Amino acid sequence: MNALDYSILVGTMLGIAAYAVWSTRGRHDLNRYLKGAGGTGWLTIGLSVMATQASAITFLSTPGQGYESGLGFVQNYFGAPLALVIIAVVFLPIYRRLKVYTAYEYLGHRFDPKTRLLGAGLFLLQRGLGAGITIYAPAIVLSTVMGWRLDATIVCSGLLVVVYTVAGGCDAVSLTQKYQIGVIFAGMVAAFLVLLARLPAGLGFSDALALAGGFHKMEAVDFSLSFDRRYTIWSGMLGGMFLALSYFGTDQSQVQRYLSGASIRESRLGLMFNAVFKIPMQFFILLLGVLIFVFYQFERPPVYFNRAAWNAQAARATDGRLRSLDAQFTEAHAAEKATLLAWLAARHAGDRAGEAEARAGALSAHARVDAIRAGTRAALDSASPGTKANDSDYVFITFILDQLPHGLIGLLVTAFFGAALSSKAGELNALGSTTTVDVYRHLVRRDASDAHYVVATKCFTAFWGLVAIGFALFANLAENLIQAVNILGSIFYGVVLGLFLVAFFLKRIGGTAVFWSALAAQALVFVLYFNLGISYLWYNVIGCAACMAFSVALQAAIGTRAGPTPSAA
Amino acid sequence: SWRGVYALVMAVFAGWVALLAALSRMFP
Repeated sequence: MNALDYSILVGTMLGIAAYAVWSTRGRHDLNRYLKGAGGTGWLTIGLSVMATQASAITFLSTPGQGYESGLGFVQNYFGAPLALVIIAVVFLPIYRRLKVYTAYEYLGHRFDPKTRLLGAGLFLLQRGLGAGITIYAPAIVLSTVMGWRLDATIVCSGLLVVVYTVAGGCDAVSLTQKYQIGVIFAGMVAAFLVLLARLPAGLGFSDALALAGGFHKMEAVDFSLSFDRRYTIWSGMLGGMFLALSYFGTDQSQVQRYLSGASIRESRLGLMFNAVFKIPMQFFILLLGVLIFVFYQFERPPVYFNRAAWNAQAARATDGRLRSLDAQFTEAHAAEKATLLAWLAARHAGDRAGEAEARAGALSAHARVDAIRAGTRAALDSASPGTKANDSDYVFITFILDQLPHGLIGLLVTAFFGAALSSKAGELNALGSTTTVDVYRHLVRRDASDAHYVVATKCFTAFWGLVAIGFALFANLAENLIQAVNILGSIFYGVVLGLFLVAFFLKRIGGTAVFWSALAAQALVFVLYFNLGISYLWYNVIGCAACMAFSVALQAAIGTRAGPTPSAA
Repeated sequence: SWRGVYALVMAVFAGWVALLAALSRMFP
């Protein structure tokens, strides 16, 4: 990064934050602070929902996942469109009619205070646990690559998001997200165009996809019925639908985004915007990773993308093993490139037999390259166990720093920080609101003024922001960044969704039955999680189904309830 | 009508799945 890149990074991040703080100054009314001024349109809601979900992990690590495993991860999002339609039809009208600030407030209307606290408590626990990951994930990668201090990167980005989220509340979050996602899209499109321009001469887009297909990177849809596979169309549509239903429908960081809409119409259209564009956005990011894979078949990549870790270990080691592997890698990569050029020549000549032969040669040459990379990874792991991130997390940032011109490097790094801050802001805003509305106002001070609750929300938001920064600084976080956030969510999401589905559809079930059933279902999910080897998406289905089934059984055992609260059912 | 919007959204989704499945087959 040079002075131009740094000025783009600092100017954009501070400029957006300052504009949001200035635009939303003087909010002392709780409704405006928690739900915005009430005039939020569908496009702002749509972008805000998208920005809250898409953290820096999405843009930094997902291309690396495309590089390593191809397009299959896109199936994870196949359940989202139907889930968003269900939320628009069922969840949204109830939340709007009851004029709730948080989703858990509805549980109090429909059941009782203890069930409301259970819902809010699970959210605070889940988001509190994951609070540091959103900041830590991009900070560890960017600080390693840029040579920045990790603690300074975490503290600077963490404090910036705390300042504007505390100052401006819901509207500041929506406003910053709208501009940040604009920067993100501009950066990703620029990277894609540069990548296409950098593909070797004679390698067209169709050739690139054919080469990627030859290495099994284009398998976007897997119809396999195996429960062991992480992503199949079935786990994506069913497990992914339950995950999306719970995340978009009951997670306050999302509910708060669409409750700020000027009307049901604006909120619904914002949700439908995501139902239409979520899958193509993820496909585009994964395709970027697949094309980077093709690019690096012709341009020698580093044997290990986290070059800082490789250099540090190579300087320390005395046996020369890493340098020997690096020399072997250069040789193997050149051999693979030669077979790929033969494959391309046969493809362009229409020589089917020659193409099949060259493809087989390329696959075996690539297996040799992969074996050397695996050997390098093993050597680094044995030298420094507990390496803090997957090497695939460094693929995209390495491509950016090596291949993009200055100015665009600054734009992309700004995009990564913007993505981290936009999802962190949504989370902090929701953590502060839930702590005030469902805990403080509900249990500690019931009849204080609006201004008092606004100050309380600001204090709780700042508290959760500092917890996140502290967690990112001191916790030894999960290694596999992409799945860690989802897996953490999957342990709780199914049961929370079960609570809400019982509330919406099983009108005869009361608070006591659903409360104890949710705890039993959560215990069951924990036991299964540590004993089964199935894809994490299935735990959403199991947790939700168990919560609903246990509720029906327990309500039958303890006798009929007097009937639902008319206004909340 | 909202029903029309929901039907359109699900049709777009089906189109995306079909396109991705076709991509998988075109570049095996």
